[in-house]
Amino acid sequence: MKNKLKNNHNMLFRLFLSTLYISAFTFGGGYVIVSLMKKKFVDDYHWIDENEMLDFVAIAQSAPGPIAINGAIVIGYRLAGILGIGITILATVIPPFVIISVISFFYNAFRDNFIVSQMLEGMQAGVGAVIASVTWDMVSGIIKDKNTGAVLIMIAAFIAGCVFQINVIYIILVCILIGICRALMAGRRHKS
Amino acid sequence: MIYLQLFLSFLKIGLFSFGGGYAALPLIQGQVVTAHGWLSTGEFTDLITISQMTPGPIAVNSATFVGIKIAGLFGAFVATLGCITPSCIIVTLLAWLYMKYRNLSAMQQILTSLRPAVVAMIASAGITILTTAFWSSQGTVQLATTNWYLVGIFVICLILLQKYKLNPIWVMLLAGVMKLGLAILGIA
Repeated sequence: MKNKLKNNHNMLFRLFLSTLYISAFTFGGGYVIVSLMKKKFVDDYHWIDENEMLDFVAIAQSAPGPIAINGAIVIGYRLAGILGIGITILATVIPPFVIISVISFFYNAFRDNFIVSQMLEGMQAGVGAVIASVTWDMVSGIIKDKNTGAVLIMIAAFIAGCVFQINVIYIILVCILIGICRALMAGRRHKS
Repeated sequence: MIYLQLFLSFLKIGLFSFGGGYAALPLIQGQVVTAHGWLSTGEFTDLITISQMTPGPIAVNSATFVGIKIAGLFGAFVATLGCITPSCIIVTLLAWLYMKYRNLSAMQQILTSLRPAVVAMIASAGITILTTAFWSSQGTVQLATTNWYLVGIFVICLILLQKYKLNPIWVMLLAGVMKLGLAILGIA
């Protein structure tokens, strides 16, 4: 029992540290943090499976508020309940809070700094590579499953979002409707 | 009562910003610049620039920045708290429902239909980031205006991630250092 408690503390500590670390390096918006969390919690720690992670992203995206915060809440809740939420929210908020507080006192110098601006330009390409790598793994996973419906939804959602710039909320709603139709059809087949 | 005003303003921002990131910008501007005059338009532009250069969600960055400017560190704390409160309530509820009902067959069908779309959304976010990186200074997407140095850095990073499974955070920092190195050498 004591040992289990110790393991639990250790796990909470790792959850806090890795979330803190990820939050401190997420330049460029919500999907970056989601990609990094997938690499850490799915690929490294195996705390969450890949499908679950995708469900979490859908939840984070469907609720109002920053995706990074929403993603942190679902992951915290899944791994350690309400206490987990407290831990992941704190870890997500601390880095931007501290950094902005410091910067707000001398932001002109920061904004015009040559080293900062060059590093950031390069890091954009790095961030793009991280997302590309995560996408690559997930897309090949879906294609390997040989599920035509899933591949079609993926292509359609990509065209809707990327080419026609349709709001993500509508894409999610349409997919939920498709899921409900599938469930109804499966139910009918089951009865007959 | 300035703390209460800060809290309520950012509560509204947290509650009504769907889709994250830049979708929240007009809402933040409406509260912070138009409704309360806490920032001038110029300061608001600075805030966006700083948000792009620092980690963290833009809503949290704004809450901290505005809070400090208006009411010091405690103001920043109150504003940040306001901005994450709606998320805490709504997402916890959704997560709870998910854990409770995810094994129902109807829920399974819905989730199976949602997952490929989520992959597609992550992919298109990546493409947006890459197009800004490769073509930002020129504005249009053309072969001639491509920033090939950044394309090169991107390819190196992708290989390090996929083939050598390096830690993504180190890869991102390395990308920054490579660009800085090129700039110091006067190449890019």
